[in-house]
Amino acid sequence: MSSALLKTRRSQLTKGRLPGYAIWVVLGTAVVLAAAVSALIGFDVLVWALIAAVFFVAGATLVTAAAEGRRKAADSLMTYLVYGAFVIALLPLLSVIWTVLERGLPGLSYDFFFTSMNGVTGATDNASAENGTPVLGGAYHAIVGTLQITLWATLVSVPIGLLAAVYLVEYGRGGALDRAITFFVDVMTGIPSIVAGLFAAALFALLFGPGTRTGFVASVALSVLMIPVVVRSTEEMLKIVPNELREASYALGVRKWRTIVKVVVPTAISGIASGVTLAIARVVGETAPILVTAGFASSINLNVFGGWMSTLPTFIYYQILTPTSPTNIDASTQRAWAAALILIIMVMLLNVVARLVARIFAPRTSR
Amino acid sequence: MSKRIDVKDLNVYYSKFLAVEDVNISIEARSVTAFIGPSGCGKSTFLRTLNRMHEVIPGAHVEGEVLLDGDDLYDPAVDPVTVRGQVGMVFQRPNPFPTMSIRDNVLAGVKLNNKRISRSDADALVEKSLRGANLWNEVKDRLGRPGSGLSGGQQQRLCIARAIAVSPQVILMDEPCSALDPISTLAIEDLINELKADYTVVIVTHNMQQAARVSDKTAFFNIAGTGKPGKLIEYADTTTIFNKPLQKSTEDYVSGRFG
Repeated sequence: MSSALLKTRRSQLTKGRLPGYAIWVVLGTAVVLAAAVSALIGFDVLVWALIAAVFFVAGATLVTAAAEGRRKAADSLMTYLVYGAFVIALLPLLSVIWTVLERGLPGLSYDFFFTSMNGVTGATDNASAENGTPVLGGAYHAIVGTLQITLWATLVSVPIGLLAAVYLVEYGRGGALDRAITFFVDVMTGIPSIVAGLFAAALFALLFGPGTRTGFVASVALSVLMIPVVVRSTEEMLKIVPNELREASYALGVRKWRTIVKVVVPTAISGIASGVTLAIARVVGETAPILVTAGFASSINLNVFGGWMSTLPTFIYYQILTPTSPTNIDASTQRAWAAALILIIMVMLLNVVARLVARIFAPRTSR
Repeated sequence: MSKRIDVKDLNVYYSKFLAVEDVNISIEARSVTAFIGPSGCGKSTFLRTLNRMHEVIPGAHVEGEVLLDGDDLYDPAVDPVTVRGQVGMVFQRPNPFPTMSIRDNVLAGVKLNNKRISRSDADALVEKSLRGANLWNEVKDRLGRPGSGLSGGQQQRLCIARAIAVSPQVILMDEPCSALDPISTLAIEDLINELKADYTVVIVTHNMQQAARVSDKTAFFNIAGTGKPGKLIEYADTTTIFNKPLQKSTEDYVSGRFG
């Protein structure tokens, strides 16, 4: 008998709680009311969504306050505000991805990946616009330039950054040199990228004469920007390697440098590798330092040590700023968006690689 | 292959701070010696001076002599790396290398030093060391698995296997059972009893029953107060320390009246 009673009556423990469907009722009401209000002031989807959101948060808070009390009302208000902040933070990102996909996809073709801008003139663009044929010209030279310049920047900055971090964590003991390195690394983190570009341009002008512009000069400029990031991330990763592992290695009669090379760095390698990858992702989109160091090329140049080179950001910059055909700028705009899409895909791939690398190198703890 | 240790007038400093004062002790080869005493009395610090591991901490230094079969560990010409090859150490918390398999953990002392070793020699060394640490039967089918996947007690025995794989003369153990459950503790204690046939074993422990169970001789360390140096109060056969100690403070400590 008592079990039958228990089934029919509501639990004493859920007394005074709103039922689960209440929230949907409030949401529906808010959407309908918002539609009415926005119809009064001139209908627009964005305005409608905004008013509905405000009505919903206010309504849900008031209903909760009436049914469940002040504490619950404050809780739900804060929950909705946090969700709202999350949506607002996500909107620009989604908008960027959407815009780039929408405008970039039409320009992506096999030819875009594997031809350069060599020989593509205003006349070519005018002809394709008039005849309705596909836009000619591509970003092959810029893709190759981006990959090469970034590769060389990585080759320059990773050894320097890694060794500096190893010095700071393993050898520095809070002395003057230690503090000086930390201070200058912090300062370098804040250097505007154009200044790094000017530094590299000036350095190579001193060494090889004024006007020396090659891909490698750009690599040096980018490595100035990368080194502090690599030092910082590597330093943090080395710091969290437990001291017990170093001691275990010393106690086996292993020398300090071998302990660092074979125990400390391998233990931290996943974090170091993902830090390096993120540093690459950070500099791959730089425009200003490339312009002053590598110049700009519209044909393929595979030699980083001689001749001007272009990268995807400078390609985009020139396509937008000085369209190939001043009368038919659509062709250049389309190429710029396609290049932007490739650049975003590159950065995304780098982030995926960083995650994979972190997972592959992570110390295994499974049984 | 085991050596005796004689310590003469040893003072241990952390920078200017005198941590352990005036220790004189002789540890026989092929014996188990336990260091007991309240926390902070310097027994771990003193243990680490026996293979120069305390030097890892900046500013730590010693005065006096530590003789390993008559050779002074602190002779200026001595390389601490050589010392640590002869005097191995097992730590309080099991610390297998997380990036290495069980097999590689055992071979760590060889491989990290880049010594060449043939595959058959390596297999033999792994089996011998793991058998020596009473772990072989539990892990022989999964030598390629990560060492950090073992239980705490197994990890600690893996660390002991790693220490004996470099064939040291002396094995120092710094509270090797304090992070383990009673069953694993028993396994380690049995192992210590077997190890003394081949090695000189020195063990720091907070567990007086453990000292009574495993050691031949016991050294009691004490400290007069915070900021004062730790001292060796009494060193004698374990039965003497626990039944008829000469010093009042030793008796108080082992009978549980303080500490």
